[in-house]
Amino acid sequence: MPLPTPQPPHTVAPNSVSRVMRIVLIALIPAILLHTVFFGVGILVQLTLAIATALASEYVALRLRQQPVRQFLTDGSALITAVLLAMCLPPLAPWWLVVSGTAFGILIAKHLYGGLGSNPFNPAMVGYAVLLVSFPVQLTRWLSPDIGGLAPVDMSFGDSLYAIFVGTLPPHLTWDAVTSPTPLDAVRTSLKAGLTLQEAQATPIFGMLGGRGWEWVNLAVLLGGIWILSLRIIRWHIPVAVLAGLAVPAAIMHAVDPGSYAGAVFHLTSGASMLGAFFIATDPISAATSDRGRLVYGFGIGSIAYTIRTWGGYPDGIAFAVLLMNLAVPLIDRYTVPRIYGRAA
Amino acid sequence: MTNQIRRGGLKLETHKRRSTMRPLRAASVPDLFVLPLNQHAGTPARPLVAAGDRVARGQPIAEPVGDVSAWLHAPASGIVRAIENRPSPLARDGSLCIVIENDGADRAFDAHPQLPADAPPHEMREHIARGGIVGLGGAVFPTSAKLLRAPEQNAHLIVNGAECEPWISCDDMLLRERADDVIAGAEMLCRALQAEGCTIAVEDDMVEAAEALRLAARKSASPPRIVEVPSIYPAGGERQLITTLTGREVPSGGLPQDIGIVCQNVGTVAAIARWLRDGEPLIRRIVTVTGGAIAHAANLDVHLGTPFATLIEDCGGFREPPARLIMGGTMMGIAMSEDSLPVVKGTNCIVAASAADLQPPGPEMPCIRCGNCSEVCPAYLLPQQLHRFALAGELDNLDRYGLFDCIECGCCDYVCPSQIPLVERFRRAKPELSRHLAMRAMAPRAKASYEAREARLERLEAERRAKLAEKRKSITNKT
Repeated sequence: MPLPTPQPPHTVAPNSVSRVMRIVLIALIPAILLHTVFFGVGILVQLTLAIATALASEYVALRLRQQPVRQFLTDGSALITAVLLAMCLPPLAPWWLVVSGTAFGILIAKHLYGGLGSNPFNPAMVGYAVLLVSFPVQLTRWLSPDIGGLAPVDMSFGDSLYAIFVGTLPPHLTWDAVTSPTPLDAVRTSLKAGLTLQEAQATPIFGMLGGRGWEWVNLAVLLGGIWILSLRIIRWHIPVAVLAGLAVPAAIMHAVDPGSYAGAVFHLTSGASMLGAFFIATDPISAATSDRGRLVYGFGIGSIAYTIRTWGGYPDGIAFAVLLMNLAVPLIDRYTVPRIYGRAA
Repeated sequence: MTNQIRRGGLKLETHKRRSTMRPLRAASVPDLFVLPLNQHAGTPARPLVAAGDRVARGQPIAEPVGDVSAWLHAPASGIVRAIENRPSPLARDGSLCIVIENDGADRAFDAHPQLPADAPPHEMREHIARGGIVGLGGAVFPTSAKLLRAPEQNAHLIVNGAECEPWISCDDMLLRERADDVIAGAEMLCRALQAEGCTIAVEDDMVEAAEALRLAARKSASPPRIVEVPSIYPAGGERQLITTLTGREVPSGGLPQDIGIVCQNVGTVAAIARWLRDGEPLIRRIVTVTGGAIAHAANLDVHLGTPFATLIEDCGGFREPPARLIMGGTMMGIAMSEDSLPVVKGTNCIVAASAADLQPPGPEMPCIRCGNCSEVCPAYLLPQQLHRFALAGELDNLDRYGLFDCIECGCCDYVCPSQIPLVERFRRAKPELSRHLAMRAMAPRAKASYEAREARLERLEAERRAKLAEKRKSITNKT
């Protein structure tokens, strides 16, 4: 019997899309754990809802598009969209928020554009942006950093479930008692009200580097990011460029006017900085593809996010910055083609 | 473009030890030799014999046609049985082959023209051509054609022993056991080229080979430089090796001689020594027979035209049914459908792979643009973009992004998490792009001839009108 004659190479490295996605998910676990420590168990409910919605949406879309369901449902990409979106939402946000955001991300931003590999925009960020412009109030209801157990108010798992599924707090709690502005938000509003940065940061929601709790979540994300970097799941270009895009303008502005502008460390350890740099902007499908292109892309995200945070209408700007730079990817790719071997630069 | 550092490539797990544990030995000589006429790059050779002719060992049986072609010689004495199309490792539909039945007498051909010891360089170059020598690293480019295009003098000769495919060890064994041939061949080639110097490169894990080379070089009057290069696949790719050694790049679309370099494989150089020194044309070569399905992997000295099956028998046969039979290595070698095919000049290795040796790609997923491929590409291409353009049929972009700079090393396939057969797609796109570029080159000519015709018609029309007007004028004037 003749032997098979496929084309070379005859052997490949044991790698797969699902392996890549699995490692990224594992890398987020420390951050999620710290998130529950500081902000309570709400995020676990949000994650569950997001994952269920993502898988259901993925299944429906694959069936409608007559794609191999099993192959794509198990690739892990929908899980990443779900987890990233859930990590961006306030832990007690009502259930329909995370469900509609995730469904929008998967169905519209991913599958309407052709599914895995074809989406020009980061699905999680599309979902988040839709929620942010549609339901701004619900998205600013961030819990106080100590709610996870150290808080003066007592909030049980049942209370969290009640808030998420009923949409209001149980009778013995009020939003004022359990929420507090995020550090980025607090700095913004205080500066707008004429306070100096030092006065704004004198409140108890601030910690050593950035916001209380937030700084630890960001450091845990950084840890996971360094881990996937060491496994070569991502390259250094995008995270370094995003962080530089945030830190460079922040440091300059802070040096010029320390009373009105927060410094680089605060920006790097607040909001979605680390998540954006290591896990959101590094989504390769919607990112620029050459090394040089990725530096441009990442720096664009960092500096746009800084601009939005400092002068724009939203406390954090990572999502919009990512989407704007997604838009610029074809242009960046066109102008950052690396020099080919044996050709002049 | 000086002092470039070579980027890209892969650190691959090697399997060379399997076949280097046993010493080099001669393979069995078969009763029937099958010798394809197209076993070199370029134009197939033209037969000089007919069915029924008696031939001696080393006798020329086919001559080159044109500049890029090569002589072919009888590997043993015997009778030409047929010149016919037969299955060959070179073409799916088989090749025209000279079939010789071994008469067992081993009668040598003694009418080769002699090369005087003090022959001038150009005569040496011409004489090398008569040995039927081609690049034995796998590309089988006729050495005569390479020398014809080489600079008249002062080229730098690079002898390539950087054998980077993870299973192949024929160059390693050649260097270990016949380093003298390589050093002698390099000296002769240097004379033929009037080269300014010579560098022999081996991979840094070929310790025994490097030692043997250094020992042999001690006896040389003008010893070559011996350099160990990092074993990062494809370290032995011609362009990659040149850049590693010199820090210079071979121009895109150009050849090493454009930067004053001639690159030859160690096997080729040893074959030159055997031809010039011993009068033996290229009728034998070293073949690595290896793979998990082979009982006792080894390197064999093989007569061209010997069936693969004979070599496999010599190595103890199959230990298990092979999952794949590959001529060449696992990265760039070609899978063969059967083991009855003959050894050709380019057969450096036969891998009878067991299922465990192969990690076949899983189901193909869409490209996620991760860029692993561009990171390992030794030609600094963006395979992820090339793939997109190939799927979309964007030929101009394929050209702009350097499809023809792809050396098909397979590094991109190897690291792709989506298991996309990138090289296969690129190979398929290349002829299409060639046609497109040819059409595009023709377009200005077609445009020029169209415009010339339009202008001519316009001129004729203008002349006709002028004549008409003149006629009218003369008529009006008359009346």
